[in-house]
Amino acid sequence: MASITKPLIPLVRLEKNSLGLTVRDYEGAMSTLCAGCGHDSITAAIVRAVFELAIPPHMIAKLSGIGCSSKTTAYFVRGAHGFNGVHGRMAAIATGANAANRQLRTIGVSGDGDSLSIGVGHLTHAIRRNVNMLYVIENNGVYGLTKGQFSASADVNSTSKRGEPNLLPPIDPMVLALSLGATFVARGFSGDKEHLVPLLKAGLEHEGFALVDVISPCIQFGDHEGSTKSYAFTREHETLVDDPVLLGEDEIIAHLPEDTTTSVRMHSGEVLRLRSLPAGYDPTDRASAFAYLEERKAQGEIPMGLFYVNESVPDVHELNETVPEPLVSVPYERLCPGAGALEELQQRFV
Amino acid sequence: MTTDTRPAPADRDHAVRVNDCALKLANVNGSGSASANMLLMKAIFRMGIPVSGKNLFPSNIQGLPTWYEIRANRTGHTARALDYDLMVMMNMQTYADDVREVRSGGYALYDSTWPLDPALVRPDVTYLGVPLTTLCAEHFSAAREQVLMKNICYAGAVVALLSIDVDIVSSLLDETFHRNARLRESNQLALRLGYDYACSHFDCPLPIRLEPMDANAGKILVDGNTATALGCLYAGATVAAWYPITPSTSVMDNFTSLCHRYRREPTGETGPDGEVQYRSDHLILQAEDELAAIGMVLGASWAGARAFTSTSGPGLSLMNEMLGLGYYAEIPAVVVDVQRTGPSTGMPTRTQQADIVLAAYASHGDTKHLLLFPANPAECFELAVEAFDLAERFQTPVIVLSDLDIGMNDWVVPRLRWDDAYVPDRGRVLDKEALEQLGTFFRYAGEDADHVVARTLPGVSEKGAYFTRGSGHDKLGGYTEAPDDYQEVVDRLARKHAAAALHMPAPVLETRDGATIGVVAVGSTEPAVREALDLLGDSGLPVDFLRIRGFPFAPAVREFLDAHELVFVVELNRDAQLRALLTVETGVDPAKLRSVLAYGGLPMSARQVADGITAGLES
Repeated sequence: MASITKPLIPLVRLEKNSLGLTVRDYEGAMSTLCAGCGHDSITAAIVRAVFELAIPPHMIAKLSGIGCSSKTTAYFVRGAHGFNGVHGRMAAIATGANAANRQLRTIGVSGDGDSLSIGVGHLTHAIRRNVNMLYVIENNGVYGLTKGQFSASADVNSTSKRGEPNLLPPIDPMVLALSLGATFVARGFSGDKEHLVPLLKAGLEHEGFALVDVISPCIQFGDHEGSTKSYAFTREHETLVDDPVLLGEDEIIAHLPEDTTTSVRMHSGEVLRLRSLPAGYDPTDRASAFAYLEERKAQGEIPMGLFYVNESVPDVHELNETVPEPLVSVPYERLCPGAGALEELQQRFV
Repeated sequence: MTTDTRPAPADRDHAVRVNDCALKLANVNGSGSASANMLLMKAIFRMGIPVSGKNLFPSNIQGLPTWYEIRANRTGHTARALDYDLMVMMNMQTYADDVREVRSGGYALYDSTWPLDPALVRPDVTYLGVPLTTLCAEHFSAAREQVLMKNICYAGAVVALLSIDVDIVSSLLDETFHRNARLRESNQLALRLGYDYACSHFDCPLPIRLEPMDANAGKILVDGNTATALGCLYAGATVAAWYPITPSTSVMDNFTSLCHRYRREPTGETGPDGEVQYRSDHLILQAEDELAAIGMVLGASWAGARAFTSTSGPGLSLMNEMLGLGYYAEIPAVVVDVQRTGPSTGMPTRTQQADIVLAAYASHGDTKHLLLFPANPAECFELAVEAFDLAERFQTPVIVLSDLDIGMNDWVVPRLRWDDAYVPDRGRVLDKEALEQLGTFFRYAGEDADHVVARTLPGVSEKGAYFTRGSGHDKLGGYTEAPDDYQEVVDRLARKHAAAALHMPAPVLETRDGATIGVVAVGSTEPAVREALDLLGDSGLPVDFLRIRGFPFAPAVREFLDAHELVFVVELNRDAQLRALLTVETGVDPAKLRSVLAYGGLPMSARQVADGITAGLES
């Protein structure tokens, strides 16, 4: 992907986070996506989220597959190592990177083609392993780089730019993730940054696999009448389940009425406060999340928000009882049993 | 039918032969025969006699024919034999084939509980009937034991017939069942039943017999997959990702149990159900497929861990895409390919060396990989360690090409040695301090004498951050579609690959006075080639031998080809893949390279090599 360096001189005095960094310190190269592309809004939301969480840039590992969405890892956090791998296999590469260094804050960016077709096997198994990462699907229902073929997330009868209807049923990554026991299942909209940033922040703070599906209209091949992933259609049909806010450890959360608020304490100690918009929606109840998603879909709505979260499931390292420090920092002397042990264990070979 | 009353055929070869015999045991898989066969093999090993055991098994769990071949040879020629002195026939389904494979003058042991079909009787074979089913039915009550103990019972008869040291066999059973007195007693009884029956009904020992010698001091009996796992452990691999596939599965099974033993410590705390909790210095991931397995390895290596995967041909096919990524983005990876018979699913439990060309150039585009060719389990251990050093030094995938014969059969090899002074070669990795001193870090600039550039790891410093990509990039690490910038990087990759030739393990050379022709081989065919060259040497044809251990080829390979009028390339595949690679990569005149090929799925035998060379010289 071509990259253009951004001018770094700010025009206005910028707010600093606890590391003394500004939001500009979390930006990357200039985007080469089409003007107005939803993906750029998501990039901006990611930048905002990691800035607000004050994550040291070098502790971020950003990975992607192939496609328009996967180009965007170049456009945020220039101080982080990036890995733009092969089509559909980001989840596998991210799993390996996380296995080697569990202290990295792993961010995976993918698209609906990358995640729901060629890479659906890797996505599903990363969910099953509960790899500790934020996994963003920039979902527009079409293959943009190859000029507008339907992807696996396109709705039945949603039309292409040339007017042909999609005939195959869509894979809903939210329903898929819930069925696989995902521990953080959320949907946002590239057109609603205020709602998306706290979701991304919560996903980053979640200890486990955080799947955030972001409806991100393709302005070239999916933003026409007849497309169910256009800006207009999404705005018209979205239903927010919550109004999420990620609060610091010490912040008071009790000033809202109990019955409309759910608070989830993240592993980091921070509290995710969700004001439920459908009264009584409980994002810790998986069965009702399922039911709610199906019910809203049947009504032709596009529900948005944190549908389900479970902070108590062990991630891949906890499950395997890996040492708390990154495996890459375990000294070799501790890894090699030595000549004496080799001599001894060969007794069973004689 | 009682065998001991059968008149002896006039042409029977009854000359006494000590420590030179081949036996084949024909069994039904899943019947428990493997332990009895291993028992015989290990007892011969402990008697100090050079020995090999080859398991020829079906891709099946229970009920199909399976064979085990044991060859003991005092001069150390333990390649697969093609005809057998003693056939132990425990599978009626294959009686006819098994009888056919007995050499003239040889012996066939069968279960005489049931009469032998007269059609199976060959006049030049001595039939030894042991009523195994009857004996076991009389002495064991449980139905399962009656079946299982037949195996140890025939082993007892073979011990008597070949004069294998019965005390060694008995103590092996004690060692195996030291925790289970009842099983120990049953096995000892079964051994004794077969042994005593043979002693009292046949003229034991047979002319083919074994006597203790001292060839195995300082040696071990181990399979290649176990040794590979040990190598990965000692190399300091911390992340392993894999997908189960025959015949490589036992690499990861062994690595897992070794890690549990050496890389895991109790924390002193217990879990909610009182279970012991551990801290592990490793993470083994059973992936969803081989695409993911190699992806995980690349991810882990990119992040700085020593990581590997083990697979076989079908898995290597799937890994092509990622191997290209590893090559182009310059990410270390170790792939152990325990080759089996292709193409496609092929014969999963049979051996071949048919992944050579695939491995050398795996992936689309201009790609070339580093290959290592272990020839036995001892080299599986050494070259596994070497693979990690090479992968990190050259920042590229290294594929270790073992095969089923090496990986799953037990071989007698020198005891594995480890030098505690070993320091892993982590290659050119810039740490925080090095980055501080650097003006600006560019990922693909600043090559060293081997055309290797420095890399950085995530989580270390913002200054080392770069964007790893499989898309076109220039030497600064930026995206490019500019012809010159693209070519500059791929040209360096070609130079880097060529430079690795000097760092690959040296070929093994064996010369004979007056030789003008040579043999080149890799891997598991070595014992067959050496035996064949001894045979040819004895008949007045000296032949030199070069066993290649790495690709790109060391300069000594081209020198060997140039120094001989004619070179036979011996390999286990149809298409002469090693010969093709030699032709393409060394530029040698293809006319001087002749092939000796075997590709039916079984290990090479000396006769195939010797006959191939003789035929090649006559043509």
